[in-house]
Amino acid sequence: MGMTSEKKRPVAVLGAGSFGISVANLLATHDQVLLYSRSIESIEEMNREHCKKGYKLHDNITATNDLESILKECHLIFPVVPSYAFRDLMRTISPMLHPYHILIHGTKGLDIQIPEGKTLDDIENLSRKEVKTMSEVIADETSVIRVGCLAGPNLAKELADNQPAATVVASHFEEVISMGIKHLRNDRFQVYGNSDLIGIELAGVLKNIIAIAAGALHGLGMGENAKGLLISRGMIEIMYMGRAMGGDLRAFLGLAGIGDLVATCNSTHSRNFTVGYRLAKGEKLDSIIESMDEVAEGVNTIKIMKRLTNYYKVRAPITQALYTVLYKDVSAEEALQYLMNIPFNVDIEFLKKLD
Amino acid sequence: MTEEKEDKKRTIWNRKRRYYQPIIKRSKYWPVVLLSKHRKEFIEEVVENTMARINKLRPSKKELIEELETTHYREKQRMRSNPWRVDPPDEKKFWDEIKSELVSISNQPEGKEKAEELLKRIITRYENEISGNFKSSRYRLTRSIVKFGFRRLLNASQVKGIFAIFKTDYYLTDKIQIVGKTKLLRKLAKDNTIVMVPTHFSNLDSILIGWIIHVLGLPPFIYGAGLNLFNIKLFAYFMNSLGAYKVDRRKRNLIYLESLKMYSHNALLKGAHSIFFPGGTRSRSGHVEKSLKRGLLSTAIEAQRSLLMKEETKNRRIIIVPVVINYHFVLEAPSLINDYLKRTGQERYYKEADEYSTSYKIIKFLISFFTKGSNISVSIGKPMDVLGNPVNEKGESIDKHDNTINLADYFTSDDTIIENDQREDEYSKILSKKIVEEYHKSNRVFASHLVAWTAFRYWQRQYPKLDLFGFLRLPEDELEIDYEVFKEEVRIVRDKLYALKKEQKLKMAKHLEGDLDKVIKLGIENVGLYHVNRPLLQVKNKIVTKSLSTLYYYHNRMDGYDL
Repeated sequence: MGMTSEKKRPVAVLGAGSFGISVANLLATHDQVLLYSRSIESIEEMNREHCKKGYKLHDNITATNDLESILKECHLIFPVVPSYAFRDLMRTISPMLHPYHILIHGTKGLDIQIPEGKTLDDIENLSRKEVKTMSEVIADETSVIRVGCLAGPNLAKELADNQPAATVVASHFEEVISMGIKHLRNDRFQVYGNSDLIGIELAGVLKNIIAIAAGALHGLGMGENAKGLLISRGMIEIMYMGRAMGGDLRAFLGLAGIGDLVATCNSTHSRNFTVGYRLAKGEKLDSIIESMDEVAEGVNTIKIMKRLTNYYKVRAPITQALYTVLYKDVSAEEALQYLMNIPFNVDIEFLKKLD
Repeated sequence: MTEEKEDKKRTIWNRKRRYYQPIIKRSKYWPVVLLSKHRKEFIEEVVENTMARINKLRPSKKELIEELETTHYREKQRMRSNPWRVDPPDEKKFWDEIKSELVSISNQPEGKEKAEELLKRIITRYENEISGNFKSSRYRLTRSIVKFGFRRLLNASQVKGIFAIFKTDYYLTDKIQIVGKTKLLRKLAKDNTIVMVPTHFSNLDSILIGWIIHVLGLPPFIYGAGLNLFNIKLFAYFMNSLGAYKVDRRKRNLIYLESLKMYSHNALLKGAHSIFFPGGTRSRSGHVEKSLKRGLLSTAIEAQRSLLMKEETKNRRIIIVPVVINYHFVLEAPSLINDYLKRTGQERYYKEADEYSTSYKIIKFLISFFTKGSNISVSIGKPMDVLGNPVNEKGESIDKHDNTINLADYFTSDDTIIENDQREDEYSKILSKKIVEEYHKSNRVFASHLVAWTAFRYWQRQYPKLDLFGFLRLPEDELEIDYEVFKEEVRIVRDKLYALKKEQKLKMAKHLEGDLDKVIKLGIENVGLYHVNRPLLQVKNKIVTKSLSTLYYYHNRMDGYDL
């Protein structure tokens, strides 16, 4: 058939955080983009100034809060909202979604469902029944089947400067991958495909744990040897966790795993890195979170993964140590000391002392 | 005794309701009859479509010739290493001719046409072999034989004494309970095409399902039956008259497999209700199927897409209906489980006995089946669309929020329905998952499953250091449980089952309610009751086993429930 006379539909991005804007800008080089934001003020600002918090917006981007018309006009949708808001957003748009929609999300966090009346603090162990990746949330809440995710080293600041970068689009469906490539790719931005959706999602999610640890090392004034140690041990740790959660280990060796890990572990632009850094400098978690205007997914991921590794009996010393720093008032220095004292190949029972 | 009488009264009272009126009265309007009436045209169409498919997969002359050569080679091997009684006598001649023509074509410079001609001959041969030969007169006769014969046997066994054979107090419906979404199924079968997807434990399943379909008042379904079963004359007769088409598992070449899939695809397009045994073969381990063969499922998905693409058929739905058959015992259990254990690699060598080798053995089995009074239940699961969404009475797909889904949306890219093999392959994975979920939900636990599970797990816990195979090699006489201990264990498991039932994760037979001693007695009496070595027995105050591997088989039925 070749070229058809069908009218070209705009593409949607849901969520106007820094990464949402980056994705919108990438898409806008090919398509008209509808960018969803909840805040009327911020929509007006974006449409007036073509700029938000120092990020420039491409002229092809129109900000709006009208979900109904977005979902009517667009078939290709990129939800990029924090994980804590993801399920709610899916519930809201579910009645407007149809099986012809394609959803490619860019959220590197986990969803958790706890029984009513309980909080995460009451729960010792979590299994995969309660913890879901974003693609699983989409499957739970909507009738959309053609789902994918974005993952890889994509620091928003660098993308905004048009520096070279790449991403992975993962999906079980070849058509979703080729849609991702068609709409995202440009001569400064490479797009790879991968069919292991869960593995790629997990790689993107779990690497944030190690990013926080890297920030903490940096904050403690540790050098490159220590970082090398952290990245390699951290890689192994997240691979084990990923496998326990049903991902394929190979996903972790690609752009979304090692690629993203190296980028975030070296960057002061990374939110997760910043959290670790400030913790090491002695700040309290609450005040750090309060002062950041966007979510560092790693914080929540650690909270969840601590309980998940309990359940699956996965050895995860870095996650466990970070957990004590975040929630048990253990200092970064102490936690590091404990980690350095782990005798090789001996189980991590001793960490119980920290609880 | 009094209870039995009451039971009998109830069934007589119920009897009328248990047989349904046929949804299409005149057999000449049955889809399967229409299909066999236009058999010749149908086969021509299937051949043409298969040709197109193979040509798409092997576009160049070179590729096609290679495929033909591979096919010839494999067929030669099959004929040499595994010949069957049903194989036609001209087989060798046919393939020799193909070979000699292949040689001459390869040396000629011409285009693809000659190779395509050969392809056509092969496909035509395959399709004629696959194609069933349904005759409604024969169907009726078979049905009556089954009904009459079974009923006679049944009466003889219940009232004890050979003369009772002439009484008609008991009906087959007393032995075989049909539960679940029967009414919805009947409604849906009127304007849509049903694909029934049963679990597969025993070779009797296909006959049983055929009978169920009749009781439900549905027109006959077509189904693929292993060609090996046609070796046995009695089976061959039943199968042919019940709408079977033939599946030869020895032929694994691409051309045959595509021919087979296309046959089933086109039959679905023609509205022929079909039965797929998607586990591919009988469950060797006794587990409810955990993964399904996706070849046939993707046929259903493709057929649905084809229907959607045409204006005149776009409203017709392919409806998937999972069905779970529950037995107290499976005739083949001992050999199936040994086969399974052998394959899993660590069991001693066993020679597989074939219980179905002769018509005599089958009849003998049927008699003991009815005289020993074991029950069967057939659960009709929730009907679903080809993506596993539940459907309502109109055949509309329903989403999680009870809104209807436009099925065409699944097959749409840029507002048009297109064919996309990779996408549909993923869909078949989704469908397979949904069917397996439905199997677990519709699975109906019997007392025999309960006691088998409880005893096996109890014994296994006593040997924590042994792996499964080590455990299974234990001498049976080392294992026993005190009755009171066993009773307590059964109580715990039954409570867990009730909890699962409440969450609608499984179903439980009525006989599991009430007095635990009775439940245990019923369970032990029935679990594998036909086997020489009984999986469970009560000897005085002890529960013992005579065959641990058979017990394992019946225990597996309840595996996968987080018990």
